[in-house]
Amino acid sequence: MTTHNSTIAHIPESAWKRLRTRSVSQRRWSAYTLWVGVFIVALVTFLSVAAPVLGFTEPNNTDLTQRLLPPSREHFFGTDDVGRDVFTRVLYGGRIDLSFGLITTYVSLAAGLVIGAIAGYYGGFLDSIVMRAVDLVISFPFIVLILAITAITGPGITGPYVGVLAVSWALYARLTRGEMLAMREKQYVMAAQTLGFSTWRIIFVHCIPNLLRSNLVFSMSDIVLNILTLAALSYLGLGVTPPTAEWGEIIAQGQRNLFAAWWISTLTGFYVVFVGVGFSLVGDGLADRLGEDGGGT
Amino acid sequence: MDTNNDNAILKVHDLFKYYEGKSSLADRLRRRPVPRLVALDGVSITLGRNEVLGLVGESGSGKTTTARCIVRLEEPEAGSIYFGDQDVLAADTADLRHIRRDMQMIYQDPYSSLNPRMTVKAAVSEPAIIHGLVDKNGANDLVFEMLERVGLSDSVAELRPRALSGGQRQRVAIARALALRPKVIIADEAVSALDVSIQAQILNLFAQLIQDLGLSMLFIAHQLSVIAQLSDRVAIMYLGRIVESGPTAQVFAGPRHPYTAALLEAHPHLEVSKKGAPALRGEIPSPYAVPAGCRFNTRCKFAEEECFNIDPDPVEVSPGHSVWCQVLPELPGNYSNG
Amino acid sequence: MALNSNGNQPLLEINDLTIGFADARGILLAADRINLRLFRNQTLGLLGESGCGKSVSMRSILGLVPYPGEVIGGSVLWEGQDLSELSRSEMQKIRGKEISMIFQDPTSCLNPVYTIGNQIVETLKIKLKMNSHEARQRAVELLDHVGIPSPEQRLNLYPHQLSGGMRQRVMIAIAIGSKPKLLLADEPTTALDVTIQDQILNLLADLREETGMAVILVSHDVGVIAQNSDIVAIMYAGRIMECGSASDVMLSPRHPYTRGLLTALPTFEHAGERQPLTSIPGQPPNLADLPGGCPFRPRCQYVRDECASIPVVLDRDFPEHASACPFVD
Repeated sequence: MTTHNSTIAHIPESAWKRLRTRSVSQRRWSAYTLWVGVFIVALVTFLSVAAPVLGFTEPNNTDLTQRLLPPSREHFFGTDDVGRDVFTRVLYGGRIDLSFGLITTYVSLAAGLVIGAIAGYYGGFLDSIVMRAVDLVISFPFIVLILAITAITGPGITGPYVGVLAVSWALYARLTRGEMLAMREKQYVMAAQTLGFSTWRIIFVHCIPNLLRSNLVFSMSDIVLNILTLAALSYLGLGVTPPTAEWGEIIAQGQRNLFAAWWISTLTGFYVVFVGVGFSLVGDGLADRLGEDGGGT
Repeated sequence: MDTNNDNAILKVHDLFKYYEGKSSLADRLRRRPVPRLVALDGVSITLGRNEVLGLVGESGSGKTTTARCIVRLEEPEAGSIYFGDQDVLAADTADLRHIRRDMQMIYQDPYSSLNPRMTVKAAVSEPAIIHGLVDKNGANDLVFEMLERVGLSDSVAELRPRALSGGQRQRVAIARALALRPKVIIADEAVSALDVSIQAQILNLFAQLIQDLGLSMLFIAHQLSVIAQLSDRVAIMYLGRIVESGPTAQVFAGPRHPYTAALLEAHPHLEVSKKGAPALRGEIPSPYAVPAGCRFNTRCKFAEEECFNIDPDPVEVSPGHSVWCQVLPELPGNYSNG
Repeated sequence: MALNSNGNQPLLEINDLTIGFADARGILLAADRINLRLFRNQTLGLLGESGCGKSVSMRSILGLVPYPGEVIGGSVLWEGQDLSELSRSEMQKIRGKEISMIFQDPTSCLNPVYTIGNQIVETLKIKLKMNSHEARQRAVELLDHVGIPSPEQRLNLYPHQLSGGMRQRVMIAIAIGSKPKLLLADEPTTALDVTIQDQILNLLADLREETGMAVILVSHDVGVIAQNSDIVAIMYAGRIMECGSASDVMLSPRHPYTRGLLTALPTFEHAGERQPLTSIPGQPPNLADLPGGCPFRPRCQYVRDECASIPVVLDRDFPEHASACPFVD
């Protein structure tokens, strides 16, 4: 933005400075949130993926002589009650948790987005059916569902995958359908109709890219929630089975020694929070960036 | 100046359009009739070749509904719409696509009529590509040709709508519509959301395009001066009906329907200082309860007994100039110096 | 224009008012050195296209400039008193009582969950310290006064049960209930049909005559301003470009922008002929990126080199009909 002396000469210096600082800091802040979030997520992902290269190996390696050691240079998060290095387990557990979070969230998003968009666009009977299905899925008691699925699939991670996928899509469908109802009345959608585009094209090329924003923002918190769901299920014994490392499982195990070795559950817990904050910041940053009209600054 | 019916490019006859209101379960159990909103109550218009027909009315008049029915964004309950010799309402999907190539619509809100995620180039070329008029290679030339026609520079092509002003966006919308080389343009309040200076530019652009491309235009607006600027003929609508139609200059210089006269009087003029009484008292009746007889009788200064019982048929007061009124009072005329 | 012909002090004086906005996209001046005087029983029309700063200038009178904007220069004097020196509670006393405001969109300005009776009564009780009974009676009187039929029944209606014109009348009733000395009207009829707009403007004219209140009318509609104002100020890019009596400005405009605006208006004179209008070329100004000197420069047909560096202020030579352009008469 240009300023010319003749334009601002009459404005007190202090006022101009105040405005300038505010403008600059606002611009900086909105950029910060996104990049800090991305950094955190990238860091965590890198650590989990590159763990063996970085020297963290054998998460299941027990050594009863090293039980319940506090955090140190060799064991960042200490060791657990069978002598395994907690930090290594957290990193390897991260592989399971992060992939679970990402897969369940984005598969659900894709499915829910398409279903909700079609239901919202066509309206009428189709819309009613889809929405009743959504209502049903969301209101069904989740634990009961998981128990039933686990009874069929047996223990392990398949149960949580199926269970979360079966339910998560509905949230995206409902969100998208609501937005589609409003978007249908927008004039660029009407224009697409009068320009003679096929319904397929209107929904997929014109509507869905504009529906992505709120879904993406929501997905950021959904990732965190799904990870926590897996952690909770593992804690309850319905997910990952020991000795596989997984965040919920680590925290559950650590709970047994909460007073003797508080660091196991607590530090792992902080790590999970850290990951959650990272995703949230990405969500905030994306929300700003994507904006109402498809772009920020 | 009459429109030769055989020469007309668009013939709309007796359109009826209703919407069902909401009725509660209790009402249905009591077998109360479902409230019905009358949007169009027998609307007929003809649009000649290379002609501009202005459609004017306030809210609830049905002008936008008429436009939507013509392009089949809505389905009327009854009536016929012929584009050339094609029956629009009976057209199947393929035929409708063909018709839509020739009949394009420009919308009111420049801020929501363009897809925010598409560049200008993509938005303008997409319709032509989809309809097979150009391939991807020819798209560039088409886009630049269209941009030039609407007075935008080539540099606009790579921009997204958010970088453009309202007037520029409207020009892009026009370019997009022209890319299909249509025969008819329906402008639904296309300049209503624009500032005065930009509005004038777009009106001039329309006039230019009509002349250069031989377009026919159905121009919908609520502001009479804008209609006067562009339209050869005008039709005034009230509560789902046309109440007066004819050559613009004639209708505005000497209106014969009390509603038209009221609209002209209510229009803010530059010189006249505020006069004593408002041009028209009362409010528009609810479209759920259209008055019996002449629908304007609740507000008309000249209403007589027959107006409450008989729904007037059109009277041709001079060639091409029809009025739907049975009293036909003497109205103070001459608003052309407004 | 310091004192009017009667030698009275102006009711409202705006001196060199400057309002700045700062957000992530940059800084801009929404209003730049606005100077206005308003006397009792006068209507001032602020005319300009979108983004010219007319709304924000008017809101600053009541201290209601929305974040991220703020007043960074100049002053507003109400009956001689500088409003920025008042405490918040003193300012709140003036708002709604001595200075009232009505807005463009009556749908969003009336609270949908309260009846209109409730809303009028609330204002009367707070602003005029009436009790419930008196307030209710007065509310009925007010509704009748603004032309709402069967006012007693209407008191119990919710805003969504009324038409746009009715809602606007309700808003006017609330605004004039406290007998304000100044009414600020921000595009009060823009969202209404032409015939309803006519009724509302007529109502405002009648009320003005009756109470002698001053009015500031903001609009982008040239005809509305011309027919309803005594004094007209034309705004562009946050500055006043021309100011004078309505007949002077409309019939003998001095500033190139005003001239351009008036010739760009479609009229009935050449109905059906499609004669090209003399429009103002170019795009509306981008306030964050104004050229130096006169902001109208890129679109002006009389532009010359000096325009790049002149300060844009109304000339003092012709106080009754002032223009910010020293080169064009």
